[in-house]
Amino acid sequence: MAAVTEERTCPACDLPVYPDEDFCEACGQRLDGPVDRCTSCGGTSISEDGYCERCGLRQPEASDHTEVEAAGSAGVSDRGKRHSRNEDAMALTATADGVAAVVCDGVSSSSRPEDASRIAADTGAAALAELHAAGAGPESATRTAVARAGEAVAGLVGPAGESTQPSGEPPSCTYVSALTHGDSVTVGWIGDSRAYWLSESGESSRLTEDDSWAGQMVTSGAMTEAEAERHPNAHVITAWLGADAGELDPHVRTFTPDGTGAILVCSDGLWNYLPEAPELAAAAPSAAAEPLKAAQTLTLLALDAGGRDNITVVVIPFRSSPARPVVPPTKEGS
Amino acid sequence: MSGNPDFTLTIDQNKYLPDGGQEVHAIVTVEASGVPAAGPVQSTSAAEVIIIDTSGSMDYPRTKMSAAVRAAQTAVDSLRDGVNFAVVSGSARARMVYPPNEQLVPANPQTRQQAKAALDQVRPAGGTAIGVWLSLADRLFAAHQSGIRHAIVLTDGKNQHESPEQLDETLRACAGHFVGDCRGVGTDWEVAELRKVAGALLGSVDIVADPTDLVADFRAMTEAAMGKAVADVALRVWTPQNARLRFVKQVTPSVADLTGKRVEAGPRAGDYPIGAWGAESRDYHVCVEVPPGTIGQELRAAWVKLVLPGSGGGQEQVLATGNVLAEWTDDEAQSTRINPKVAHFTGQAELADAIQEGLQARKDGDLDTATARLGRAVKLAHESGNDQIAGLLDKVVDIEDHATGTVRLKKNVEKADEMSLDTRSSKTVRTRKGGA
Repeated sequence: MAAVTEERTCPACDLPVYPDEDFCEACGQRLDGPVDRCTSCGGTSISEDGYCERCGLRQPEASDHTEVEAAGSAGVSDRGKRHSRNEDAMALTATADGVAAVVCDGVSSSSRPEDASRIAADTGAAALAELHAAGAGPESATRTAVARAGEAVAGLVGPAGESTQPSGEPPSCTYVSALTHGDSVTVGWIGDSRAYWLSESGESSRLTEDDSWAGQMVTSGAMTEAEAERHPNAHVITAWLGADAGELDPHVRTFTPDGTGAILVCSDGLWNYLPEAPELAAAAPSAAAEPLKAAQTLTLLALDAGGRDNITVVVIPFRSSPARPVVPPTKEGS
Repeated sequence: MSGNPDFTLTIDQNKYLPDGGQEVHAIVTVEASGVPAAGPVQSTSAAEVIIIDTSGSMDYPRTKMSAAVRAAQTAVDSLRDGVNFAVVSGSARARMVYPPNEQLVPANPQTRQQAKAALDQVRPAGGTAIGVWLSLADRLFAAHQSGIRHAIVLTDGKNQHESPEQLDETLRACAGHFVGDCRGVGTDWEVAELRKVAGALLGSVDIVADPTDLVADFRAMTEAAMGKAVADVALRVWTPQNARLRFVKQVTPSVADLTGKRVEAGPRAGDYPIGAWGAESRDYHVCVEVPPGTIGQELRAAWVKLVLPGSGGGQEQVLATGNVLAEWTDDEAQSTRINPKVAHFTGQAELADAIQEGLQARKDGDLDTATARLGRAVKLAHESGNDQIAGLLDKVVDIEDHATGTVRLKKNVEKADEMSLDTRSSKTVRTRKGGA
């Protein structure tokens, strides 16, 4: 008879199967379908919750690297190099005259941080677009959207099914939104995710002030930014969304850019490496013309610098003088 | 099977490992609810065998035998109607007290009365061969393998009339067939021996130094057995390729190493029997050695499932699952954080070891080791708030400083106090501040 060729085993039960079988004789597993292979050991059985049933490694997820485009704006979110999952999330929604964008960063020490950031970003962006369309003022819409996102995160109580994290802190995340309208943008935030104005020719600036220990020290005048940044507590955040957040008091600010450039909305995975607005502007000179490329470039920059944290970058172009957000007629969705 | 309790399984751990880290620890908490916390469970079939030592020494003092008889009669009274039961007397041989032939009979007012009357006729004589008693119990349970199976084993002496090898063989044969709670009455029995029997039968072991306490103890044991709703639960632990499951230990209500009880259950998985369950909660400490990973990788280090075998050839049921994870990080704040539950139960297991080693050293005349180990036990009991063990230690050592574990061995120690400490050394408490 035929010589033994390649040894084949059932992906479900690991018992040997013959080359011509369509189903495993032992357990009934279908053998001819496409199989996902473990990225580490090549095992062919991945459990429903995403772990290889041979070597145990958690498989890469779709959220490890995502790119979105909407209303002429673009965003990139990446797991980075040092974390096992992407706990950042972003959402971009087109509006009649621009875009609503939200970036959230799940708090790693809380339970289910990736769920917190996901629901906050989705809820916030949808609320912004809806309220803006209904004629609410941009600042009022921004505040209401934060409140709704906060409620959604606070509603995520306890661990999902089982707790492998120390199940103390309820799910929580940071939040920063940008809503363009006319020639202006309204930003709102809680935590230390940031928005910047990157000017192509003029002066670039940071639009947000962190709710962080360092941010408080700088705002109160107790320390210079450089001093505060060197302190071990620098990045401890002092406000967040979550069931333990207390009453939310978002910062809201409306900014009218002067000239061509882009609004950058990002998590600390980017700004840890490039904190200053002029540096960011210099690193992405084509942001107004090619927002996706700019978001990719900035993300790569953070990865090359070490990628210690999850990285999320959203770029919203503004063009001409007087500045006006670019509104392409058709592109939709996120 | 209707009327099963609702099981939940929760995992406490710090999943973060430093670069190169390989040892993963987790506390698995299994909780069953949805059955009455007290009082008998009506829906489950149950079998009970009560074994009392009737060796000649039970007559010295005479109160031992009469107390054992009263205790067994109380246990018979605590059986709910319909529970299949028997009473066995043990010496160098095992003999049916009730019913007269080798079988179980359903409890009802008449059989209870007959059993109690038969107990009144028991007379002590002969030696002690615990394995022989258990073999008879095993035969009695053979026809009742589908429900709760529970035995009470009472002895007052050493297992003198069979070899340790014979006893071990019997224990291997009985394992999984029934749960056995063991009691030693008086102070002439061997703690390590009875602990071995209870461990093999997934039951508890305790000392009843004063025979008059037997009645209350037997009642409590029988009532607890009547509160069980489901038997033969197992923890199935899967570990990844190239990982090594270092141990699986029960850590509440007492420390019991289950590692050697593994029964293979498919690729890379093994079942660890955890016995019968009523409304209760127990904790297990799982330790896995995983191959080293890279920073940012997350591994399922163990996949823990609570499994109930199918009754009557039916499908087995997975009642609950949980993941023990490993994730490598270069953030020292994360990898050095100690999970309080893991730390607590590691301490409780060490406490049991320290007491047992300390008492053994004391017996062997190695007083330096005895002082060091019992001192360590004092410190651990004090730190963890295990007041029962702290109180027992107090009777064996003079304590100079709880916090440092500085102790002196007492010159005169009551045998019962030493045996109580030894027997109860493995009883644990949950965290001091009520943190479940």
